[in-house]
Parts: sequence; C-alpha cells; structure tokens
Amino acid sequence: MADQTLPIAGTLDLTPPRIEERVSVLEWLHGWVITVDHKRLGILYVVYSIVFLLVGGVEALLIRIQLAVPNSHFLAPEFYNEMFTMHGTTMVFLVGMPILFGFANYLVPLMIGARDMAYPRLNAFSFWLTAFGGMLLYYSFIGGFGLYGMGAAPDVGWWAYAPLTAKAFSPGHATDYWALALIVSGFGTLGTAINVIATTLSMRCRGMTLMRMPLFVWLMLVVSGLTLVTITPLTAAQIMLVIDRYLGGHFFDTQAGGSAVVWMHFFWIFGHPEVYVLVMPVFGVASEIIPVFSRKAIFGYPAMVAASVGIAFVSLGVWAHHMFTVGMTSVGNTFFALSTMLVGIPTGIKIFNWVATLWGGKIRFRVPMLFCIAFIFQFLLAGLTGIMLSAAPWNWQLHNSYFVIAHFHYVLVGAIVFNIFAAIYYWYPKVTGRMMSETLGKWHFWLFFIGFHITFDTMHFLGFMGMPRSIYTYEPDRGWNHLNMIISIGGMIQGIAVLIFAWNLIHSYLRGKEAGNDPWDAWTLEWSTPSPPPVYNFSADPEVRSRRPLWDLKHPDDPDWKYEQ
Amino acid sequence: MSAIPMSHSAEPWSLPSRGRVAMLSLIIGETALFTIFVVAYIYYIGKSLTGPTPQVLELPIFNTVCLLSSSVTIWLAERQIERGKMGPFAAWWAFTIALGVVFIVGTGMEWHKLIYLDGLTIHTNLFGTTFYSLVGLHATHVVVGLVMLTIVLLFTLTGRLNPSHNERVQTLALYWHFVDAVWVVVFTVVYIVGR
Amino acid sequence: MKSTFRAHGPRAIRLSFLLAVSLLPACGAPAAWADAPQSLPNIFSPSTTPAHSIMGLSFFVLLITGSIFVVVGGLLCYAVVRFRARDNDDNSEPAQIYGSTQVELAWTVIPILIVVVLFLTTARIIFAIQDAPKPADALDVTVVGHQFWWEFRYPSLGIVTANELHVPVTTVSYLHLLSADVDHSFWVPQLGGKTDLIPNHPNDMWIDPHQTGVFLGQCAQFCGVEHAKMLLRVYVDTPAQFAEWVKLQQQPGVQDASVAAGRHVFETQACTNCHAVAGTAALGTFGPDLTHLMSRTTIASGAAANTPANLHAWIENPDHFKSGALMPAMQLSDEQIDQLVAYLDTLH
Repeated sequence: MADQTLPIAGTLDLTPPRIEERVSVLEWLHGWVITVDHKRLGILYVVYSIVFLLVGGVEALLIRIQLAVPNSHFLAPEFYNEMFTMHGTTMVFLVGMPILFGFANYLVPLMIGARDMAYPRLNAFSFWLTAFGGMLLYYSFIGGFGLYGMGAAPDVGWWAYAPLTAKAFSPGHATDYWALALIVSGFGTLGTAINVIATTLSMRCRGMTLMRMPLFVWLMLVVSGLTLVTITPLTAAQIMLVIDRYLGGHFFDTQAGGSAVVWMHFFWIFGHPEVYVLVMPVFGVASEIIPVFSRKAIFGYPAMVAASVGIAFVSLGVWAHHMFTVGMTSVGNTFFALSTMLVGIPTGIKIFNWVATLWGGKIRFRVPMLFCIAFIFQFLLAGLTGIMLSAAPWNWQLHNSYFVIAHFHYVLVGAIVFNIFAAIYYWYPKVTGRMMSETLGKWHFWLFFIGFHITFDTMHFLGFMGMPRSIYTYEPDRGWNHLNMIISIGGMIQGIAVLIFAWNLIHSYLRGKEAGNDPWDAWTLEWSTPSPPPVYNFSADPEVRSRRPLWDLKHPDDPDWKYEQ
Repeated sequence: MSAIPMSHSAEPWSLPSRGRVAMLSLIIGETALFTIFVVAYIYYIGKSLTGPTPQVLELPIFNTVCLLSSSVTIWLAERQIERGKMGPFAAWWAFTIALGVVFIVGTGMEWHKLIYLDGLTIHTNLFGTTFYSLVGLHATHVVVGLVMLTIVLLFTLTGRLNPSHNERVQTLALYWHFVDAVWVVVFTVVYIVGR
Repeated sequence: MKSTFRAHGPRAIRLSFLLAVSLLPACGAPAAWADAPQSLPNIFSPSTTPAHSIMGLSFFVLLITGSIFVVVGGLLCYAVVRFRARDNDDNSEPAQIYGSTQVELAWTVIPILIVVVLFLTTARIIFAIQDAPKPADALDVTVVGHQFWWEFRYPSLGIVTANELHVPVTTVSYLHLLSADVDHSFWVPQLGGKTDLIPNHPNDMWIDPHQTGVFLGQCAQFCGVEHAKMLLRVYVDTPAQFAEWVKLQQQPGVQDASVAAGRHVFETQACTNCHAVAGTAALGTFGPDLTHLMSRTTIASGAAANTPANLHAWIENPDHFKSGALMPAMQLSDEQIDQLVAYLDTLH
C-alpha cells in the first residue's frame, strides 16, 4: 500500500535485499542464545510467553474440567490447588509481564528511531533471568519434595497468604520454588524496566521529543517506572518469606507475634499496581492499532499521556481494596474505596478517547482491529465491575467469590489477552515479513470472543450465588451446577480458538504472503524499516517532526506538524 | 519502498545521560525495596514475644561517621577525575573504600557481640528477624558497592581508567551516595526511633 | 422474582436493578436465583440488616454502572457501525481530528461527579454497618477457624460446638472471629458480607437474622487442601427453639451403659487427643467437640450427612469424604468401628 506513495524528495531508501543465510541448527541455536539484539530478545520473550500461555491454558482447562460437575473426582484436591496456583503465577509472571516487555523490547527502539536498547547486554541478562525463573517454577513439579520423592508444585495460591506458606503448613520445597522463582524473574523484570526507561529517555532520535513519542512508548515508560516501585516490594516480601522458611525468621510467623496481614499489605502493594503494569502496555497497543484502522490520529494525545501517568500514581494508593474483608477500620475501608473509585476517572478518559478516535473514521475491520474493539467493550465492563467491587460493603459480599474471578479475568483476558492477540496480528508482519492468515484470524477471534463471553459473563452470576473461589469442588445442592457446566464449555471453546491461533502463527510463518514494509498503511517509525528489520534497524538516524512521521511522509501537503502544538 | 527523512535540521538535540537515568531508576527501585524492610521493622517494634529487645543495641557512632564521610571522600574523588587528576582521584577513591571496609568490619563486630553476648540471632524473635534483615540488606549493598569501587580502583591502578570515564565513575558514585543515604534512614529507625 | 426481591429499598431502585440485570448477558442465571429455595446462597436475598443495606447499595451501584454501560457501550457500538469503511469507499483519509480540550474537560468532570456520589453512598453504608453500636443484649459467639472446620463457642452460655452455628432470630449476634492456624473467611451470603478469620488478628462481625431457617455458606479464603469442604451451616432458630437447643448443649455427654464397648474404644484410642466429650476423659481441642455430635445434621464440616453409615466410612478413612482432612485413618477393625459408631450415635 505504502509502496507507491514514496519516495519523496529528501528521503532515503533503506530496504536492503533479503539475504537467505544457510546455517547449521547448532549455529542457529547458538545465535539465539548469545544474542543481544533487542529484536531477537523481543522475539524470545514473546515465544517464551506463548509457550507458557499454552501451559497456563492447559492448567485452566484442567480446572474447568474438574469444576464442570459437582463433587467431581477428575483431579485430586492437592493437584487442583497446584493447578490454580500455577495457573495464576504462570499467567501473571511468565506470560503477562514477559510478553509485554517482549513487545517493548522489540518495538520501543524501532518506534523512537534507535538502533538498540540502551543496555543490550543487560537486556539479554534480564531475559535469561526471567527464563530461568520460569524454569525454576516449573522444575518444582519434579523437585518440590526433594529429588527422590514425588514432586509437587506450589499449592498456596498465587497470592500465597501467610501463614499458609509457613513451613508448618506447607512442608516440602514447593513454596520455596515459588518464592525463589519470583525473586529471580523479578530481578529480570527490574533490569528490563531500567533498560526501557533509559532507552526511552536517552536513545530517542532527533526530533522525537517526549510529546511526540508513540503512545505505546509512553505507556511502556510509565509501566517501567511503575515496575520499579512495585516489583521491588514483591522481591522484599519474597526475601522475607525465604528468611522465614530457611533461616527460621518470624516476619509472617503468627505464633511468634508476626502478622499475616502484613504479608497481605506487602503482597498487594505489589499486586495491585501489577495489574496496571499488565494492562497499561495493552492500552499502548490499542492506542497504536485503533488510530491506524480508523484512519485517524489518536484523539486527545496529551490527555492520554496525562491519564496514563495519573493511573500510575493512583494505582499506588489502592492496594488495600483487596483487603476489605480483613477487618480494617471503617476509615481505612472508606479511604481505599475512594482511591479505588478514583482510578475510574483516568481510565474513563482513555475509553472516551478511543471511542472519539473511532468517531468519524473509516474503520477497517482487520483482525487486529476486531480484537481491539472487543477490548474496548470488555474493558468498559471490567472497569464497571471494578467500580462495583470498590464499594466496600458490596465487596464484603463479592470478595473471593466467582464475581471477583470474573472481574479480573475480564481485565486479564478480556482486555490484556485480547490486545496481546491484536498486537501479535498487527506486528507479526513486521517481525516475520509475512502476513498472518486473515481467515484463520477471524475464526480465532470469533471463537475466542464467544468462548470468552460464555465463560466469564456467566461467572459473575456464580459470585452473586455465593460460590467462593479456589474451591476444587462444590456441593450439588447449591444451585451452581448448570452455570459451571456452561463456563467449562466456554473454556473449551477458548481453548480451540487458541489452538487455531497457534496453528496460524506457524502456518503463516511458513506460508504467509509477503508483508512488505508497511502492510497496514501505518504511521509510526517501525513501519519505515524493512520487514523484518535489519540488525541495525535504521541505516541512517531518522528525524521526526510530529507524532506520525510516516503520515507526514505520505501527506507532504498536509503534515501533522502543522497541527500539533 | 519505505523511506525516512534525511534532512537534519539545525535544532539542538540533547538527551539525558543513559547511565544517570539507569542509575536513578535503580535507586528508585532500591528505595522501594528498603521502604518495605523499614516499614516491617517499624511495624514490629515492640512486638517480640520473647528474647532480647533493641535495648541491647549500642549506637554505632564511629561506623556511621566512617560511612557518611566516605560520601565526602568519593565526592572529592569525583572532583579530581573531572579535573583529569588521576593520582589524587585514586587516593580519594582508595580512602573511600577503606572507610567502607571499616564500616563493614564494624558491623561484623556488632553482630558478633549481638550473637555471642546477647544471644540474638535471626530466629530468636521478631526483633532479631527484622534487625538482621534490614541492617543485613544495607550491609549487602555496601559490600556490592565496595566490590564495584574496588574494580574501579584496580582499573585506575593499572592505568585503564582515564578522565574520559568521568561520567561512568560519577554514575557509580551516585550508587554509593544512595547507600550512605539509606544508612541515615536505617540508623534513625533502628538505633534512634526503635531503641 | 418476587421472593428474591422481597420489599427492600425504594421501588425505583429495584426496577432499575432489574433493568441493569437484564442487560447483563442472559445465561439462565436470573431464573436460577429467582425460584431457588430459601436456603440456597444468594447475595440478593438478604436476611439481616447488614445484608439488606449491602443489597440496597449494590442496586444503587448497579443502576449507575448500568447507565454508564448503556451510554458508553451504546456510543461505542454506534461508532463502530456508523463509521465502518464502506465497500464503495474512495480510499481517501477521513478528516484528522487531534482532540478537543472542551470535550476532554467534559468527560473528566462527569466521572468525577459520579465518583463523588458513589463514594458518599458507599461511605455511609460502611459506617452504618461497621460502626453500629453493639446492643447490650447481643449474643456473643466466638468463631474459630481450623483446617478445615469451624469451632463455635458461646462463652456466656458455656457451649462448644462445631460446623453448625445456632443463633436466635432478630437478636443481634456478635461473632468474634479467630483462627487456630491459617486464614479463613466466614461467609454466609444471606446473612451479610464475609469477614476473615486471621491468626493473631481478631475480627468482629454482627448479624441479626430476620427469618428463621438454615443458611448455607462456606470458607471463602483459601486455607489449604480441603478448603472446598469447609462448609458452614447457620441455623436461625425461634427464641423457643434456641432456648431448647442451648439447654441440650449445656448437658454433659450422655452415658449409656449399652454402648460401653464403643466408649471404651473411644477413650483408649487416639480419639481423645483431638476430640472432647464433656463428662469423659476426652478433652482434645484439635478436632470438633463431640459431646452433642448427634444434634448436628452433618459431619466433616458439612461434607457428609450425619448418618451411622457415613460415620462408619468417615472413621474408617476420612479420605473417603475429605482427602486432605487432618484426621488420620485410625486403623480400627470393623467391629471396633461399629462399636464406636454405636457409642457416637448416643451422643445427642
């Protein structure tokens, strides 16, 4: 599409010929292991996360098979508890964070016109730490009880409330694997966050002022800043847990005056901002994709930036809304109800701006856009159920029920996973040079969309009907049977959709049609490089004058820089 | 065929130093880490059910003076490398390391007394748990800092370091200043507020 | 629907709630709650003052969030349909609009106003429930969470029982929530919100049931292997029934000579390490008090009905009902178990 619009005067053709190199498998593998190229590391992150997405998905399906009928004996209680602990930990730490930092790794340097991250070797180190963390966690299936006994994975819930994690209640090593895995991958995440901040602040090309950065870059900057102050409290709490378990410390030892509630505070001081760490990058994804497929500039760019920074700050003061039922004072409950409701304001601004971007556009319903529109819809609902949960008295009813499960899966799947899919469909042509199949993509979208709503819409009602979370089975006389069956069927449909997606990834890599540099007729700098981009990204340092440098190139008569302040 | 503009405008274009940005980011993260340990320490003051209380602590005045003056000496070292004087730089730098080592040795002696005289270990009671982990976390940072300072000193003595590395040296010094600043907080909380 | 939304709260709010609910995707759930018998757990059929206020608040919040959903969701759908690229499109770019300060301001101020309203309503309910003064005649009950069962103590009445809580109707009962091991959470949806039982961190909650009946709930904080089978039954009795129940519970264990063999098994095996029967040598506190075991309708914290056959199966191997229960299989002979069950069967 873009090919015929260029070149124009004063530009340089940067597309080098594609060279097919023949290397042995061992050399190829070695190349990937020692790489410090931000693009290769980005791909490693994403592939690593997709593998764990499949693993975590299988765990979710096992959970749903078990819960499909009451008093089921499909899984032993111990195994079920391991499954939901591993599902939660995997999806948050081994899928959500690495895949989003993987996108950042790949895209941030390209979007700001840099040749690599600020610290390429730190980047590689961070990835391998994260990868090691994931392997450590899954090694617990073998090593949890020690090498000679049967293994056991962590079974204390991904929130791991004390004192269930104490040696007295969780003997064996499973909980240690959990804590150590998160400490290790936490250092990896910290390294990446520092790297992203240094890259965005210090590696921008000429003219790329902060207020001209693509929103994805802005959001990754905000997320990285937020990561600095959220992942470290988790690390601190994990160190305390390890001290308790290995050195006989008493931080969370309720027998020796320690406090179980302190763990909850420390965990949620990490845990709540963590949700924003996961969701804000996908705000960035949506803010890149929606304008391109609406054929309009993002509406209210400065407001979007301000709202992102606002969400980051407010998110640091809301953690105890996970603790309305632990017996805080009425003043404490009131404070956290208010701070939580305040999140709705900047979040609302974002939704309004996306709708305003659609407004008056010419919307093209390609697969990435389908996922993004579903994302806005689902994120709206997730935000509204969040408001419901922030009303502390109602939260006393809804907390730890299936309503909460439904709410946060609406955020984590309905918003984050949908946009992760959108991002993969959108940037796959840039990364591989080939388009993903639009037909398979639509199958994937519709099946996943339908399955998602069957599963997670229904879960809200189970919460109203008093079904608590984390139970491996339920009594047949509680009236929960039919809804659980429906939810499990929805889960299977999502599973099938993800298999189609996985097939599409592989199939398109081998058979997809050539993408060209700029298949979506987009506007940010990464689309000015060849697909896939060369190791050095840009043969000459680019210079930009507006937020949409390629729009300026394609519309020299009506460039953006005439209108932006 | 894609393209990007090549015409470089004359506008000045400057970006912050990536070393400084990264070190400041690390310091923000470390601050959050220490905050959690400090909060835990404060929360558990007076909550131990048995065993020694913070009254067994003695004010580590000499230690504190050493560590805080090392911030001054490293600053003097920074001034020297800025002016390109590698000799005085190495001297001040070595002096900084010496002060840091004195601090670590002092902490070791304090712990020795606490363990063998007062019977306070990390699993004696909540005071022991929180004290050793907070002071230990800080001491770990001092040790890491000393390792890095020593590496720089070795580079200086072997002549591999020259005034053009000024900025990197200052970035490292930033970390050392941070470690000293944390000690001010730890000292206040553990030896003044908590005693 | 009538039984679910029994006259509480202004009619307008009730109607709008129905409206809001009907907007949520239909999946058969509303029917499920509407025709359910009284005892099915449901947060929208409250039976205490706190549960009523919570429902009132929830209707109000649903009304507001429902309206937001209709307006914003409607705009989104309209935009997606109205501004789709048509087949006969000329491929020109639409007008580029970069933003508008007035519009941004409008959609910042309106949410702020909504938050203020929601917050004030919420705060009022928080204080009304949490800081309600404790009446002088309130019944005190100490609830102790154990892995994986409930202990109920009535200090003023000298009663200890397990898993089935009895309270009198309309009287305010104050529950003091403690834990013997890990975190648990007390949740009976009809009786109000949940409150956690945390070791070293006592909590309180109060209920004043408006109707008699049995209300079902269960532990709502993951507490280990058998968290799912830590079920909870609350019997709301008439004052007369409650007085009768109290009188029975205050008796020492029945001494029936005809089951002396079973009692011998009970007292000579490890049973007494964990279980207590008032009037015998059994003083254990790790497991439920068995003095009036037969006054309870379930065993194993609600995992099975209290029948001789189930008792037999439970004693033979607790894994039969709860594979992670802390009670061990005692390796008794069939005959011993029969004798034991016969003895337990007399503990009315």
